[in-house]
Amino acid sequence: MGKPSPKKTPMREQAPEKRICNFSEVPHGYTPEEAMAEAKRCLKCKKPSCIKGCPVEVDIPGFIGQIAEGDFWEAAKIMKRTNVLPAVCGRVCPQESQCEEVCVLSKKMEPVAVGNLERFIADWEAEQSECVMCEKLPATGKKVAVVGAGPAGLTVAGDCIKLGYDVTVFEALHKPGGVLVYGIPEFRLPKAIVQREVDFIRSMGVNLVTDYVVGMIKTIDELLGEFDAVFVGTGAGRPWFMGIPGENSLGIYSANEYLTRSNLMKAYLFPEYDTPIVKGKNVATIGGGNVAMDSARTALRLGAEKSMVIYRRSKQEMPAREAEIHHAEQEGLIFEFLTNPVRYIADKDGWVREVECLRMKLGEPDASGRRRPLPIEGSEFRIPVDTVVVAIGNSPNPLIPQTTPGLEIGKRGTIVADPKTGRTSKKGVFAGGDIVTGAATVILAMGAGRIAANSIDEYLKTGEWRVE
Amino acid sequence: MAKILKKEVLGPGIKRFEVEAPDIARKALPGQFVVLRINEPGERIPLTIGDLRPAEGVVVIVFQEVGKSTKLLGTLKKGDSILDFTGPLGKPSEVEKFGTVVCVAGGVGTPEVFPLARALKQAGNKVISILGFRNKDLILMEAEMRTVSDELIVTTDDGSNGNKGFVTDALKQLIERGEKIDRVLAVGPVIMMKMVSKLTEPHAIPTIVSLNPIMLDGTGMCGACRVEVGGETKLACVDGPEFDGHKVDFDLLMQRLKIYLPEEKESLELFEKACGQHKK
Repeated sequence: MGKPSPKKTPMREQAPEKRICNFSEVPHGYTPEEAMAEAKRCLKCKKPSCIKGCPVEVDIPGFIGQIAEGDFWEAAKIMKRTNVLPAVCGRVCPQESQCEEVCVLSKKMEPVAVGNLERFIADWEAEQSECVMCEKLPATGKKVAVVGAGPAGLTVAGDCIKLGYDVTVFEALHKPGGVLVYGIPEFRLPKAIVQREVDFIRSMGVNLVTDYVVGMIKTIDELLGEFDAVFVGTGAGRPWFMGIPGENSLGIYSANEYLTRSNLMKAYLFPEYDTPIVKGKNVATIGGGNVAMDSARTALRLGAEKSMVIYRRSKQEMPAREAEIHHAEQEGLIFEFLTNPVRYIADKDGWVREVECLRMKLGEPDASGRRRPLPIEGSEFRIPVDTVVVAIGNSPNPLIPQTTPGLEIGKRGTIVADPKTGRTSKKGVFAGGDIVTGAATVILAMGAGRIAANSIDEYLKTGEWRVE
Repeated sequence: MAKILKKEVLGPGIKRFEVEAPDIARKALPGQFVVLRINEPGERIPLTIGDLRPAEGVVVIVFQEVGKSTKLLGTLKKGDSILDFTGPLGKPSEVEKFGTVVCVAGGVGTPEVFPLARALKQAGNKVISILGFRNKDLILMEAEMRTVSDELIVTTDDGSNGNKGFVTDALKQLIERGEKIDRVLAVGPVIMMKMVSKLTEPHAIPTIVSLNPIMLDGTGMCGACRVEVGGETKLACVDGPEFDGHKVDFDLLMQRLKIYLPEEKESLELFEKACGQHKK
């Protein structure tokens, strides 16, 4: 084998000036030739570190090896053994801080494009007339309930059905997928792809119930009367606001609302779809994470002339993925770094017209290790805006914690669960994803789901409930 | 999917559905609401639960046709199904023995007040109900409300039922005649709830209002329904929908209800055109 080329095989994408006018996906995906060329860059390490870098431990060299050989069917089989949402992960996982970060190549050159290859193989499989089915162990006769059909819940469901359990997933919204359908925009994760993965989980025999609000219709205790184990993956629910004057003015959204209107309810297709959204000309998004990037890029596609991102620290401290920031910059987003809103000014009808901000400087590192932003006195200035999206995070959904006696709750309203097993303070109840960690990533939630599924299996086989 | 078992027209543009939703009927309590979506392109709309028959698995909703979604909902017939029907959502109303409770309802607030008045009556309260309508043709559920009220007063804005005035006039008379009121519950248009709260505040009568802001998910996820109560931001869907009327910023609520007026108008015009009902 020759020396691998130093750079990843590039993925073709829609030109920025074109894509800001539509909601279609930005990258086009690899052709089979491109995928095989990229797969051949893998050194097939004897002790691969990439698998350990993956929260769900996908057999990365295994599936990449098959792609290099051109056996895509076999590659898909290997992938699906450990990952029930490959087309999603290939698009939204932060590979640069996981599998690709620990790839041996990355010491000297660009790592193998694991994410791009994962996406390729999932999309290739979807185009075939039949799909790879996973082997299922014989039925155990035991029942598992999963609360919340987001990344954590779907992973638990997919794993438990393979292990021979009878699985029912309860979803509060009208569509399964959680943040994959309400949060992440179409141009980053097409909803048809989420639907495809959900359909696959259904086809394996998982019973998916929508419009079912656990905590209100049935409590966890009631579910424990019908099921042998319950997994809670209800996610990060309630949006944070800054609590500054004027924040309830018209035109000011939480990112959750802005994105839910656009993604889940398809407000970008109004009036064909009934849900409206304010299509501002001067849109400011507050925050520096992936959700802020998604919101600001959505604003552009909804017709904003100017889409700004207001972030209180500098570019280096932004929690958003580099690829997202890069895409956002290409699309012409305007960044106001070291800037923090202090109040909103509305007109007589209550519509937001200006945001007053303070300039910030960076001080000593805080608990997160990032340098703390400090306000510069007297630096107030105003930016004209007609729409604002507040994307500064969420606190966990309170419905289950409030309605489940005996379930230990952490300081920030999260459910306390053992990270090694997903076990909570209540026998038979497991939890994982954002409801345990606070807002994090899709793949971390899936990793927690994987751990919980194995732990559910162990509990249901042994009947032992040990929590460390 | 939730099937419509019975459909009634209560008045001009006011419809009552009995919906088959056994899980919700079993668990819901007065004061809670459902969120429904009629079809795939449909929006999620919150509706307060009008009545419940748990044994039969029935949830009753009553709505006034104002925009596209409610008009479209009104075209559904007995035997049709509503695509999505989620609930019960929100906190139930506080029901205990307060003493004398005045239930005030305006227009389509009446069917929402009915199960509350009944529950309060069953809890041993003296229930005085005040219902207000624009004119006598719009009067709703007078007979039913009589069965759960110790005293019933029905007012009309134009006096066409022989009792001209607003609900606040009737409430003022109750206060002036020396009725010892322990609690007021007001459900209806925002302006009505505001005026009722303003009237009771100087008399220090605890006043509960049921707020109806724009909602999306109804489970505390989006913040569309934020309202200011006592200077704090609350989410009507999970912290409410009932709040202390003396602390609610009604003016903000009224403004926020107007966010999508142009879009609502556009949507309705397209719908009416498609229905061939466009007035010339």
